[in-house]
Formats: sequence, structure tokens, C-alpha cells
Amino acid sequence: MPRWGMAADLDRCTGCGACVVACHAENNISTVGAEQAAVGRAKHWLRVERYWEGDFPDVRLKFRPVMCQQCDNAPCEPVCPTYASHHTDEGLNAQVYNRCIGTRYCANACPYNVRFFDFFNPSWEKPLQLQLNPDVSLREVGVMEKCTFCVQRIKGVQIQARAEDREVGDGEIQPACVQSCGARALVFGDLEDPESLVSRLSRSPRGSKLLEDLGTQPKVNYLSRQSQV
Amino acid sequence: MSHPTGARINSDLLRPLFQTSWRFFLLVAIFGGIVGLGLVTWMAQVYRGYGVTGIRWPVYWGFYITSFVFWIGISHAGTLISAILRLVNAGWRRPVTRCAEVITVFALMIGALFPIIHLGRPWLAFWLFPYPSERLIWPNFRSPLVWDFFAINTYLVGSVLFLLLPIIPDFAVVRDKSTGLRRKIYGALALGWRGTPKQWHRLETAIQIMAVAIIPVAVSVHTVVSFDFSMAPVPMWNTTIFGPYFVAGAIFSGIAGLLIAMAVLRKFLHLEDYLHPVHFENLGKLLLVMALLWGYFVFNERLVTYYGNEPAEMAVFWRTQQESFAPLYWTMVIGNFVLPLILMGIRRFRTITGCVIASIGVIVGMWLERFLIIVPSLGHKYLPYSFGIYRPTPTEIIIAGATFAAMTLLYVLFAKFVPIISIWELKAGEHPSPTLVPPATEEQLGELHL
Repeated sequence: MPRWGMAADLDRCTGCGACVVACHAENNISTVGAEQAAVGRAKHWLRVERYWEGDFPDVRLKFRPVMCQQCDNAPCEPVCPTYASHHTDEGLNAQVYNRCIGTRYCANACPYNVRFFDFFNPSWEKPLQLQLNPDVSLREVGVMEKCTFCVQRIKGVQIQARAEDREVGDGEIQPACVQSCGARALVFGDLEDPESLVSRLSRSPRGSKLLEDLGTQPKVNYLSRQSQV
Repeated sequence: MSHPTGARINSDLLRPLFQTSWRFFLLVAIFGGIVGLGLVTWMAQVYRGYGVTGIRWPVYWGFYITSFVFWIGISHAGTLISAILRLVNAGWRRPVTRCAEVITVFALMIGALFPIIHLGRPWLAFWLFPYPSERLIWPNFRSPLVWDFFAINTYLVGSVLFLLLPIIPDFAVVRDKSTGLRRKIYGALALGWRGTPKQWHRLETAIQIMAVAIIPVAVSVHTVVSFDFSMAPVPMWNTTIFGPYFVAGAIFSGIAGLLIAMAVLRKFLHLEDYLHPVHFENLGKLLLVMALLWGYFVFNERLVTYYGNEPAEMAVFWRTQQESFAPLYWTMVIGNFVLPLILMGIRRFRTITGCVIASIGVIVGMWLERFLIIVPSLGHKYLPYSFGIYRPTPTEIIIAGATFAAMTLLYVLFAKFVPIISIWELKAGEHPSPTLVPPATEEQLGELHL
């Protein structure tokens, strides 16, 4: 059974935001408009956090792409009263939209704040409604949604591989953010396979996990920034 | 000041049932209107989408959950006053118990509405029921929200029983004094009460059983409510003190609610001969004890956090102590601690007016306490990039406000249809007889021995 994980090389991340756009397009994440976004209702399953370090003029800008960390010990899962938020066999924190009743407890329990609530029924500015992905269900008002590691792509490749009677190759599955990353800062793969690129990167001494001390056992590895530029 | 007896008790306490003044209709119209407005506002929220509230990323709980905890807290009035005072057989409890038990039932009903109002998809709230569905999906018994569901329902059933049992003889009194349809209705409610020694004995035993049973249930309810917070890895939430802190706060606000209700009833139903200043003074002393207990818990919580010096917790700590939430925080401290301490601690101020002022301070303070537990922590979790604010919208303010009108409306209606002071218990207090006071010896207890 695979165990899906990701590595994010912060040395490579330029903060361009292509991953954010790709995520929105792939996962049918509705845009909420400038007004609602200003209130704090924007839904970015993946966001690029910007942190400034130092005092002017010696200022350094740091980027950190933050998506659901797919924790092995996820605080969002036990608190859901309806099992909408649950753990899959492949280690993903799945969210069953149709089972969600909108208590928003999972989002409160999540230390990374990567869960987003649908405050209204989804709508898209024309002509964005023409690019909806048929593989991903739309979410109605009142449910939580979050990064799935593009589970539809994972399943698609697995089904294809099974039909062709072969194993899924390393790097064959690419979530939208990984695929769109021009600097190849994001790497996705099976952490159970010690030879996969993501496993090798995760063993790097530069690696660390976000808020690891909370005991959530996240599956996203951040390779710390070393360049001085 | 006189101590009325016999027929005067009947006529005084049954007067609101048989005489209806225009003021009753005015009250019902005003408070009913406000409740209706709240209902329409909620329907508008469901229709237009949850976005009409002020909830936003990352503060996903706000006014509704604050009000939920607040009302469940108020509901603890009935348990403490009634059950404990019954068990210790405090004589002065007699005119107070029913006012208190009614608060429990109504505040629970109102409080239990909020988890549904706050749901993103309230039409699916029944998924919390463990019903056998064709998909064989059960609720997640690891979730504190499911524990809430069971705890609150248990408490609601228990407190309704605890309220209704001592009303049975009073329903019979109303039945005997009325005619026509009213006689039929109250006759059905009186469950065939004839006042035989056997019936009295069973009633007393049942009340005793309920009084014992309801106390652990009440303690568990607010502990489980506190688990909603303490089970999540959120700064300032994940603490062991929350269980007893919430229970103490609940009883505290419950006593305050009871004092206000009693003062209003005394004034409007002219119950000066039944609710004496001594009742207020005794409850005022209880309020003082709870204020000290509350202060002790807050001091503990704050000092331990401060010495623990965990960065994420300290950020929330300073937010409430000194920064943006400081005005609310210090209002809470004054309302919950300073005001009751001065007004209830100094005998000269422990009057009915003093009790009411202190109680209003406590009600405001306890509401703020829940708000200050929820919002500052959620807006200030670990990653600075995802810090956020919360600002309620009129929708939330109207709905939260309408529940106060709902409480008043339910209370007014209850006082209209049921004697708000227990007639038989008052009479029993005048003429204690072996069958009317809780049985003390083996022979009196008989087969239903506790």
C-alpha cells in the first residue's frame, strides 16, 4: 500500500504562485470575488506563505507553499462527528463532501489552517465555468473542502496501471501543483518506496516538517532554504 | 412581611393562571415578535448562504458557539439550586426550585438550537443521531460533538422529568379549581393524581432519585461542552482545567440567571410574600462563592500559561490580556469577579437590587468569557500567515439576541400556564408531615428504598 507524501524544496520555490492557480483549476475551487476575499473567504487549498526576515535594507523574502500536510496523526479526523474527515488506507486525509454537515470543527482543530469552508454556493466568473474539471465534484454551500493531493489523479493513474497490469512508476502521478511548478520545487511520490525521489528528498538533512512538535506527523517535507540570494 | 398559608397560597399563585391582563398579551407580542425576527433571520441565513455571518477563515466559530456554551451554562441553574438544595433539604429552597428548574429546561432547549443554527448544512443535522441507515454509517463516537449530542439530550430528558415530577400535584390543584376544557387538559397533565399516601410516597421517591441522578449528568454536560475546545490542539484550548472551569462558570452564570428571573417574577407577579429578600441573600452568597471559584480558575489558567511560556499560547495570552481583546477581557473580569465580590461580599449591598446588578454583570461577563475562549485562540493559531480576525454581522447579533427574547417568552408562557412557585411544596413547608418531607427512616422508605 503506498503512502503518499510530498517534498517542497524552498531553495527552488520562487513564489510565482503557478501552483495556486493550477490547484484552483484542477480542483474546481470556486473564486469568491474581491470583496469576499478581502473579508477572508478566499479558498486556497494551496497557498504560498510569504515571510520577510531581517530589517531594511537587509531584508530576505521567504516563500513556503502550504497545502494540507496529510498528517498521519491528523487533528481534523477524530473531531468530525460524521466521518466526513477520515483517513484513507493510503494515508490521505480524505474529506467526503457529501457527508460533511459543516460543523467546521476540523478547520478549528487543524493547526495549519488549510481547510476551507464554502460560505456560498460555488460560482465562477465567465468564462471560467467552461474549464471545470469533470473528475472533481463541486461543493455546495456549507461544507469544508481541502487539498486532496489531487486524489482524482492518483486514482486515475492507479486504474490505468492496473488495466495495463503494471506498477505505478515513481513520478508518474503528478498533482496539479507539482505539474505546474516551473522550478520543480514540489515533488510528489510514495514514501513507502525508499527509492522514490520524494523518499530520497525526505531523508535530506535539510528536511523538516511544519509544526512537527505538535505531533501531527505531517507527510510534507520542507527542505530548508540555504541560498543567500 | 407575611407568610401566607393555605387558601391564600392557592389564590396568590394561581392568579396568573386564571386572570389574564393586557400586559401578558403585550409581553407575548413583543418577545414573540423578536423571536420571529430571529427565526426569519436564520431562515435568511439558510437561504442566502452561511456567508451572511461574520465567520471567516480561520475563525470558524463565533457568536453561535459562544451563545451555545452560554445557554448550556445558564441551564445549570436548575440543577444546583434545585437538586442540591433538595438533597440537603434546605427549607428556604421551596419557593425557588421551580423557577430554577424551568430555566434549566428552556435554556437547554435554546442552547441546543445553536449547534444546529451554526451548521453549514443544518438540514443534515440528523446525521448526528445514531440511527441505522441503509449505508450503515454511524456517527463518529470519537468526536466531542457526538458526545455533546448525547450529553445534552440526556440532560434535557433528565431535567424535563425533574421539572415535571414536582408539578404533578400542582396540575391537580389547577384541575380541581377549573372547569371545562381547562379541567380536561390539566386533568390529563395531572396523570390521575389523587393525593393518596402511596402517590405522595412514590412522588417523593422519584424526586429524590432524579435529584441524585441529575447532578452527575449536569457536571458531565458542561465538561463535555468544554471538551469541544480542550480536545483540539489550539493554543489556550488544550488544557486540563477546562472541565471544572466550565462547570463552575456554568453554575455561576446559572445562579445569576436565576436571580434575575426571580427578581422579575417577584415584581411582575407580585410575589413579594413568597420570594423574600432572604432568598436573594442566600443565592447572593452562592453567587459570591462561585465568583471566587471562577476567579480561582481564571487565575490558575492564566498563571500556568504564563509560566509555561509556550510561544503560541503566549501570543493568545497577550492578545486577551493587553492587546486587541483587552477591553473585553477586563470587562469580563470586572463583571465576573470585581462586581460580585463587592456587591455580594458586603452585606449592605446584598439586597435584591444588589443581587440583580451583580447578576447582570455576571451574565455579561460569562458571555464574554466564552467569546474570549473561542475567538482570540482561533484567530491566532500557529502560522503567522494565517492569523485572522472575526467581526459579527447583524445576522449573528440578531439571532443571538433573539434567544434572550425566546427565553423570556418561554418563561412568560410557562408562568401563565403553570404555577411558577410550587404550591404543594410551599404548603408542605408550612406543615411538615412525615409523608411530605423526604423519608428518613427505613419504614417510610419502604420498597423503593434508595
